[in-house]
Amino acid sequence: MITRLEVQETNRMIEKAKLDVRTITLGISLLDCADNNIDALNKKIYDKITKTAEHLVKVGEDIEKEFGIPIVNKRISVTPISIVAASTKADSYVSIAHTLDKAAKAVGVNFIGGFSALVHKGCNSSDNVLIQSIPQALAETERVCSSVNLGSTKSGINMDAVKQMGQVIKDTAINTKEKDSIGCAKLVVFCNSPEDNPFMAGAFHGVGEKDAVINVGVSGPGVVKKALEEVKGKDFETLCETVKRTAFKITRVGQLVAREASERLNIPFGIIDLSLAPTPAIGDSIAEILEEMGLESVGAPGTTAALALLNDNVKKGGVMASSYVGGLSGAFIPVSEDQGMIKAVERGAINLEKLEAMTCVCSVGLDMIAIPGDTTAETISGIIADEMAIGMVNGKTTAVRIIPVIGKNVGDTVEFGGLLGYAPIMSVNSFSCKDFIRRGGRIPAPIHSFKN
Amino acid sequence: MKGIITVVGKDRVGIIAKVCTLLSEKNINILDISQTIVQGYFNMMMIVDLSNTTDDFGKIEDKLVELGKSIGVVIKLQREEIFNSMHRI
Repeated sequence: MITRLEVQETNRMIEKAKLDVRTITLGISLLDCADNNIDALNKKIYDKITKTAEHLVKVGEDIEKEFGIPIVNKRISVTPISIVAASTKADSYVSIAHTLDKAAKAVGVNFIGGFSALVHKGCNSSDNVLIQSIPQALAETERVCSSVNLGSTKSGINMDAVKQMGQVIKDTAINTKEKDSIGCAKLVVFCNSPEDNPFMAGAFHGVGEKDAVINVGVSGPGVVKKALEEVKGKDFETLCETVKRTAFKITRVGQLVAREASERLNIPFGIIDLSLAPTPAIGDSIAEILEEMGLESVGAPGTTAALALLNDNVKKGGVMASSYVGGLSGAFIPVSEDQGMIKAVERGAINLEKLEAMTCVCSVGLDMIAIPGDTTAETISGIIADEMAIGMVNGKTTAVRIIPVIGKNVGDTVEFGGLLGYAPIMSVNSFSCKDFIRRGGRIPAPIHSFKN
Repeated sequence: MKGIITVVGKDRVGIIAKVCTLLSEKNINILDISQTIVQGYFNMMMIVDLSNTTDDFGKIEDKLVELGKSIGVVIKLQREEIFNSMHRI
């Protein structure tokens, strides 16, 4: 029988340490919506999403109430639109973005992901149309998220697309300059993107997936931080054990919510994503966990090692707690969404290069980083290429979600609001990579032996 | 279906009585109660059986929260599974 202390522990995690289920994301396949008429396609997409996700928000809220665990977001991911819309031969997919936005509003989800293309080896004509539609689509819609997979360990890096995306990010920033270039917060580029990721902006429903599937993203940096406060000064074994045990508990809650949601919606359960996702709220920060481990500030020497052990032990604990683990699964290190990270930037303890090093061992990559609005498209492509290379060579997912804030410079701050938070503009290395990016073509896949 | 009720707040006369009256009105059976009072603070946990109640889980929870507010304590009702999944392998 459950004891009072156990009940108290759980409720303390929820009330004091901000334990929550970050997202229930319903993945919906739109493959059967394909049509050569774009208006007919739009109608089919709208109908399929609103029908499949009709009860999603209600079920999420019911579970929240019955178990007393906040479920922060209910979201939808769909098949990459470049695949779904290929047969329309249309020259713009902006109307589809509008349809997705409308459907998201109709069912009450706060984001819908999948305005995406997978171009790690090359762009087909539909991929090109999608990529060209991104700046306008993100400016004219509110809830649509877009992602492009630019590289993979098996196929290398599509440098033509890397070059193109530098410009697309810049154009998206310009198109949304009145709102501090917020369009870029809804756009991410990947290497080795997972097909079952429930987190935005990179969620899409992979082609290897079922018709519809429930993926759940858990969270709880605050819980890990609180647990580590109890083991101050102890050795690494104790530290790792504590992270593992906490991750296990957090994930079990996610697993329960996922099972319940799947049963009530009559949609199969896909995966639990074990990511520790921070929010701008005080005490919900990855940076603070690393500092609790003994760093004066995140960014200090030792940061990468601390992050590596955090990430690994979150996975070790989480894997035992759930039958199916997937998505990104690890610690996120966004800047604007993490109070501790923002402070580290403000005090000059962390820079873009250290963040890049940290992405070698964390789950995603350069995330929610605001840079000066006059950064050139080539430089953005260079930043992307570096990050893609880390993912490709290490066989892991890496991503870039970077925001060149038009009209702002180092020393300024940008406010995105809500879960997206605020960020000081970070400086970018000013030496040029123009001639490197302009070469064009593809970086071949790396060798998988002689690992050094 | 089993639920866990927690009541936390400043101690006063009649907390248990009021909670139990509400539960009995809703045909909810109490399986276990444990409580402590530390420095005037009341802390109670109840395990209850909700299988014979005809009311909706959410509504019962709302009623309990309302009752808590009227007597100055915080009352929560949660399904037991969340604690089982977190603390039992």
